[in-house]
Amino acid sequence: MVGVSGWRKLGVIAVFLGPSLVALLAFSIGPMVGTVWVSFQEWNLIRDARFVGVDNYRELWGDDDFRRALKNTLYYLVGYLPLVTAGGLGLALLVNHKMRGIAFFRAVYFLPVVTSWVVVALLWKWLLNPSDGLVNWLLGLVGIEGPGWWTSRAWAMPSVILASAWKDLGFVMIILLAGLQSIDETLYEAARIDGANAWCQLRSITLPMLTPSLFFVMVISLINGFQVFDQVWVMTDGGPAGSSSVVVEQIVKNTFSYGRAGYASAQSVALFLIILIVTAVQLRFQKRWVFYG
Amino acid sequence: MADLTLEHVDAGRTAVDRPAAETRFRRAVTSQQARRRLRRLARYAVMLVCAVVMIGPFAWMVLASLKTDADVRSVPPTLFPDPVTGGNYTRVLDAFDFWRFTFNSIGIAIASTVLQLVTATMAAYAFARIEFRGRNLMFGLYLATMMIPLQVVIVPLFIEMRNLGLVDSYAGLLLPTIVSSFGTFLLRQAFMALPRELDEAAFIDGANHFQVFGKVLLPLVGPALATFAVFAFMATWNSFLWPLVITQASDQHVTLPVGLSRLNGRFSTDWNVVMAGSVMSVVPIVAFYLFTQRWVIRSVAFTGLKG
Repeated sequence: MVGVSGWRKLGVIAVFLGPSLVALLAFSIGPMVGTVWVSFQEWNLIRDARFVGVDNYRELWGDDDFRRALKNTLYYLVGYLPLVTAGGLGLALLVNHKMRGIAFFRAVYFLPVVTSWVVVALLWKWLLNPSDGLVNWLLGLVGIEGPGWWTSRAWAMPSVILASAWKDLGFVMIILLAGLQSIDETLYEAARIDGANAWCQLRSITLPMLTPSLFFVMVISLINGFQVFDQVWVMTDGGPAGSSSVVVEQIVKNTFSYGRAGYASAQSVALFLIILIVTAVQLRFQKRWVFYG
Repeated sequence: MADLTLEHVDAGRTAVDRPAAETRFRRAVTSQQARRRLRRLARYAVMLVCAVVMIGPFAWMVLASLKTDADVRSVPPTLFPDPVTGGNYTRVLDAFDFWRFTFNSIGIAIASTVLQLVTATMAAYAFARIEFRGRNLMFGLYLATMMIPLQVVIVPLFIEMRNLGLVDSYAGLLLPTIVSSFGTFLLRQAFMALPRELDEAAFIDGANHFQVFGKVLLPLVGPALATFAVFAFMATWNSFLWPLVITQASDQHVTLPVGLSRLNGRFSTDWNVVMAGSVMSVVPIVAFYLFTQRWVIRSVAFTGLKG
């Protein structure tokens, strides 16, 4: 720069980048390399690690528990994504108006987002309690016999999905609201002059213009969705009988309960690759449907 | 509105047409107004229903935390606690040191936020304002770490902390959270938006990089700092997996989410006690949210702009 020597400049750069770089190497990049290394070991974290080659991966390929966890994680995504996207879009359209008290409503819809997963999971575990929960009682009022929710194998995943969607609706709403507000008002004026009704405007202007925001919601939700853990851990602990077991829950249990850190690391590597591939595919195919005006 | 006025003026030309046109005009206006009012009312109704769905569970939680054992289990459920009891809160505090959990959570969240701000702003300045070979490559490396979630590196990270003797310690809880490549990205954007002339003028006056960073540019990125600070604070406050893993053995360094899950382990069917604990762990963050709402919303909206 302005008359500084090479060494001095290096020193300046080191001071500015040093703290973050050291931390990234120590707590992110290093451990990522570590995960790959541990995945080739058999290790219960007490005795010495033993190199076992690709045994862990071979076992992973035929492991029914892991397959079920993967299937449940996909089940979660398939249920959660449409719910949270459609619901969030609905809320965003609802509050995208200048009205008295609108800020209050937006704040209320956003409230679950700032709450921790543990609170949300406990709250919904109780609301969905089959015997004396509020939801089944309300269902009973309209003559529906509520299911066993998280106590039943068939309804454990739907319970988790419901609680998760409820928590994240406000997040999606704010992202899509920001998208809605960046749409040029003159597009709507032109459409109105051409006699387009509200439904027409939604389909031909709002949704296409909103695709970048929707795309972002998809990418983030998929990345987060594959890592679903907190709510499962608190609501069902993977049960009953493994019916809501998910990938990260398997990783944690293998490491800390079953003493299989090596095997858990192989699962971590698999999870990382899945997230990477899914994200890459999404980026690759965004041209097909995302409209950058 | 504009064409309606025109019509009005036109109607005024011929005396015969005038009353008829005016009634037509009024009727059109009133029916349009009525329709608009109706639509707005419908919108409010839908918003209110949604609000009940979103806030109702919280209200139910607070009410349950004040109910007796018999009251909370009664079918059909009662809305208001009768009698109101504070006993559940006493039971929470007897079983676990929730005040300690609260202070742990606040302390860790503040420390983590401050450290993240420091590491991120400094890196962001280097990436935005110092030219050096391999800068883009290095920045790409930072961005790439956004693809490495904690969930994937949990095993080696735990082993690393154990080797450092940091299991069950504040340092162990804090260290993995002190850097954010997302924050670096966000603040780099903020620095890049500032005009170059600012630093050039300062350099001519004999300032060095540290002075330009601290005295010239940093005061100008206040909004970005605030945005990232609330984001970092809430993320740390609500994090669960890492605190769960690193505080396995004792209750000393436990944060609120982990403490709450331990409470649930002990009182799994005493919903009134569990809800009392939930209320205690939710109040601080909701208060924080109410005071920083603008920045919270902005930080979320900004994450959206990234896409």
